[in-house]
Amino acid sequence: MKYLDEYRSRPEAERYARLLRSSVTRPWSLMEVCGGQTHSIVRFGIDSLLPPEITLLHGPGCPVCVTPVGMIDYAIELAARPDVLFCSYGDMLRVPGSERDLFSVKAAGFDVRMVYSAMDALALAEKNQHRQIVFFAVGFETTAPAHAAAVAEAKRRGLGNFSMLVSHVLVPPAVEALLSSPESRIQGLLAAGHVCTIMGTAEYEPISARFGVPIAVTGFEPLDLLQGIALCVRRLEEGRPGVDIQYARAVRPEGNVHAKRMLQQMFEIEDREWRGIGVIPNSGFRLRPEWAAFDALRRFGGSLRFPPAAGRSSECISGLVLQGLKKPSDCKAFGTSCTPEQPAGATMVSSEGACAAYYRYRSPFSKNLI
Amino acid sequence: MCLGIPAEVLRVEEDELRTALVSFGGAQKQVYLLYTPEAIAGDFVIVHAGFAISRVDPSEAKRVFDYLDEIGEPPPFAVPESGSNS
Repeated sequence: MKYLDEYRSRPEAERYARLLRSSVTRPWSLMEVCGGQTHSIVRFGIDSLLPPEITLLHGPGCPVCVTPVGMIDYAIELAARPDVLFCSYGDMLRVPGSERDLFSVKAAGFDVRMVYSAMDALALAEKNQHRQIVFFAVGFETTAPAHAAAVAEAKRRGLGNFSMLVSHVLVPPAVEALLSSPESRIQGLLAAGHVCTIMGTAEYEPISARFGVPIAVTGFEPLDLLQGIALCVRRLEEGRPGVDIQYARAVRPEGNVHAKRMLQQMFEIEDREWRGIGVIPNSGFRLRPEWAAFDALRRFGGSLRFPPAAGRSSECISGLVLQGLKKPSDCKAFGTSCTPEQPAGATMVSSEGACAAYYRYRSPFSKNLI
Repeated sequence: MCLGIPAEVLRVEEDELRTALVSFGGAQKQVYLLYTPEAIAGDFVIVHAGFAISRVDPSEAKRVFDYLDEIGEPPPFAVPESGSNS
């Protein structure tokens, strides 16, 4: 496919590997923020091409993984109402709540549907006007414009039976929280390319300056990742932090102004709990009061509970994995009591969770051993 | 989750959402170009969750290859000069 296959060229990847070997003089630890990047790195073995001085830390950029247990439990409560048709991206269905997951609600006979887009949920609202359609709006800045458009369209079409359970998270506050931690080993960042197609780079300049870390806004294909690493390493070696846009074919410095305008109209910023990390100030979106009619939390009432223990396994270290402090293979439960079929932590559920990627491509259980 | 796939725009309706038909390497799908008002038939866009989030800039698409040349990294399969330590 155009704009995909050419960025997987092995000879060019080897040129990048050679460039990195010849330019690195000291050990450096870089974090790739986005779970899609983690998946690519593990799938294509990008880390195995790097010189031993360069360590990649896997970041928290998997919305499925960081959705708090209290939100999953609330989603499960809604999905188990007979008047509700609950719509969600497929990944969310197997994320463990405090007692069960959405898939078990579906298995119990309630109407839980997997959708590709919020617009599919809107179409269901149009067809089923006697029922309440709730869409589980999970995602980063990349996905928020699609959800905002669905709400605006629901209003335009007068679909009063459509609402959203909004669990949106924002990348820069999480990156700042990780960099502020005394345990942080992050010396450079590969920022998430698709988040930046929407938001641009303005939020990253002050982070780079404050923490003295180079940031490369990076794409998702092997050559994108290798160039992002090369740009970061060059700045690290020269002691010159700053922001580069590696993924320039899709990212403009100002972002997508049309999408940003819609986000402004639809959402306001709030504190948000991240599963495995804790509450991060100003790191979430909720619907503005003028859109309250489409907010499932307001429509159905009740409140979110925040159970202290997450997951089914006390051995699960997914919180540390999400922060780049541990690798999946450091976990005792990995591949034994925790598998994609029976996940103990959310990082084993989503294909973008580091544990799921390691299980699929790296573990002795892998069917696609490389 | 933030998976974005490049697709070629085949046809655009100028309705509220700019409903469009796009091709993912041959597989056709209806998506919305509301956020990429500049994208027209023949352009490539990055599609995420049913919406185009960016138009692909063809002039920037080669930069990942040009960078290696700019920085002086020899092309693949080049025979290193004798005595070179690269």
